[in-house]
Amino acid sequence: MRLPAAAWAFVAPALLVVGVFFLLPVVAGLGLSLTDFDIYALAAFSNLRFVGFENYVRMLQTPLFWQALANTLYFVVVGVPLSIGASLGAALLLHSRLARFKPFFRTALFAPVVTTLVAVAVIWRYLFHTRYGVVNYALDQIGVDPVDWLGDPHWAMPTIILLAIWKNFGYNMVIFLASLQAIPEDLYEAARIDGASWFRQTVHITLPLLGPTLLMVGILTTAGYFQLFAEPYVMTQGGPLRSTVSVLYFMYEEGFKWWNFGAASAVAILLFGLIFAVTWLLIHLSKREVNP
Amino acid sequence: MTRRLLLGALLILLSACAPSPGDRQTIRFWVMGREGEVIEQLLPEFERRNPDIRVRVQQLPWTAAHEKLLTAFAGDTLPDLCQLGNTWLPEFAALNALADLGTRVATSRVVVAEDYFPGIWETNVIDGRLHGIPWYVDTRLLFYRSDLLKKAGFETPPRSWGEWEQALAAIQKAVGPTRYAILLPLNEFEPLLALGLQQDDPLLREEGRRGGFSSPGFRRALDFYARMFHNGWAPALGGAQISNVWTEFGRGYFSFYISGPWNIGEFKRRLPLERQGDWMTAPLPGPAGPGASIAGGSSLVIFRSSRHPEAAWRLVEYLSEPAVQIRFHEMTGNLPPRRTAWQDEQLAGDVYAKAFRDQLERVRPTPKVPEWERIVNEMQLAAEQVVRGGMDVEQATRALDRRVDAILEKRRWMLARGKRG
Repeated sequence: MRLPAAAWAFVAPALLVVGVFFLLPVVAGLGLSLTDFDIYALAAFSNLRFVGFENYVRMLQTPLFWQALANTLYFVVVGVPLSIGASLGAALLLHSRLARFKPFFRTALFAPVVTTLVAVAVIWRYLFHTRYGVVNYALDQIGVDPVDWLGDPHWAMPTIILLAIWKNFGYNMVIFLASLQAIPEDLYEAARIDGASWFRQTVHITLPLLGPTLLMVGILTTAGYFQLFAEPYVMTQGGPLRSTVSVLYFMYEEGFKWWNFGAASAVAILLFGLIFAVTWLLIHLSKREVNP
Repeated sequence: MTRRLLLGALLILLSACAPSPGDRQTIRFWVMGREGEVIEQLLPEFERRNPDIRVRVQQLPWTAAHEKLLTAFAGDTLPDLCQLGNTWLPEFAALNALADLGTRVATSRVVVAEDYFPGIWETNVIDGRLHGIPWYVDTRLLFYRSDLLKKAGFETPPRSWGEWEQALAAIQKAVGPTRYAILLPLNEFEPLLALGLQQDDPLLREEGRRGGFSSPGFRRALDFYARMFHNGWAPALGGAQISNVWTEFGRGYFSFYISGPWNIGEFKRRLPLERQGDWMTAPLPGPAGPGASIAGGSSLVIFRSSRHPEAAWRLVEYLSEPAVQIRFHEMTGNLPPRRTAWQDEQLAGDVYAKAFRDQLERVRPTPKVPEWERIVNEMQLAAEQVVRGGMDVEQATRALDRRVDAILEKRRWMLARGKRG
């Protein structure tokens, strides 16, 4: 298929923008990841060494990188289903005909999305404070020993997951809500006449018709959760014992804290490959599901 | 028509900004944090004495300063002079961005090297070249609750590790299991670094080519540090987990705290009135008698790219005058690096500052390699592994040295190449 010149002229501005602001930086990053660009190279270009794939090889031998990867996967595998579940649950509740004060709850549940994370982090650090936190206070009332939420390497990541879910579920909720409102009411009416329970209506009407939305939300949330950074940055700075270092946080430290742009670029490319592969897999799987 | 008017206005504005050649030179001065807020008050006097020089100050927040300076270096927009944390000096010296101040000091009547505390002065000398003039000093020592120490049976603060351990054990016994004898936030590297600097073994070997953390000296320091946690004297907490250090100190949650000079002012301001008589500062105990601590602080540097190095140096000299330093201390609480300034009545009479005056005679610089900040981070991580992860000291220090050696690989390559070339 040949595109006429006019077509090229129309897409040229968009292509130019994509090329300059997306393609070029990616290619530059790829090139950078094959060098050992660092503070010495900044001083004099002759200190720059072309190292081939050594950054990648060394990265794969770095325990902290694997730990960061494991932390990120933990966050994605636990966080994404919980987050989507929370969004869907809230959307179903809000969509229910029994719900009152809908606009109020819609706004209230969406509020965390638009609040500043840094401000939220201050509050959360108090909520989860070992000695003064309201969470431990509540646990104490039912006879559970205090938990060192942000200081215990086993509990820090669950706390971060909780924060991320609370912060983000409102966004997907709004998307689900719009999708729910688009489902024709007569389908439910027909089901009710046939005597279908609420549960069967949900399983056989709501969820199938939400399918495409679920897929899109799933892909976007997964890709977003792989890029975990701000939550550990403001809550724990990667600690305790590196249990909340994500791949992106690791990259930030390599690049902007230690000024090793070669190594940081390698991490970025690896993360890009990972997200790309997972997204492709998700799309592929869902396609098989839709057309078996 | 309006456009032409605008253009004209712009031209007039521009010409007003530009220094008229010959009679007045403008120097650009970057200052960080709190110092940046108060520096303007010191400058009118300088500009009165030097009518041919104008100073343009730009404030940088500490958190963004490092990045901004490196970007400015890459973009060739560095100012004429700047305040620089003295652990950053090796990095900018490696970039060859700093002017050598050796000859200027040799002929200066204001900046007298012998008047400065030697450990602090030493941090500014890299490979034999003087790259900065100390502006204020920062070191870490003991803040303690004198009433709790007394209750545990001690009239004076500990001077050696042995005495310190006795005091810690006695206090812990007196305060019970819900409170602690000492607070060492696990995300702060300074306490362990100070203990490490007290040892005879250097932290880096072979002129900063390899890690020296598996030396018996550092192992002794790490062992001592970890023991304070394992004996239950210190809580295994990160800084973010202690909501308010000052309140907790007032409540007696901990009795010893290793911190810097800014906390003198903070404790005076934030502790309740009835607690004011219950705290004091003391020099850091060493393995046998009073020990060393970290030579920290900020220096004034002139960048090589400066087009007005003469004027910049005059500002450095002005800010180094003892009288100006005393005013600077009054405004910020920063401690002056010169002995003469410490003879000032108010400073000499400050009971809390006395321990700092004493400690400053025993401060040691950290290894002067650009990679130091990363290395010291790794050091603290190793310490956390020992305290929280139950790793033993020998294993942790050996792993630490391996990581440090990897970090220093490029430096070794650079030095080897430099010798050949």
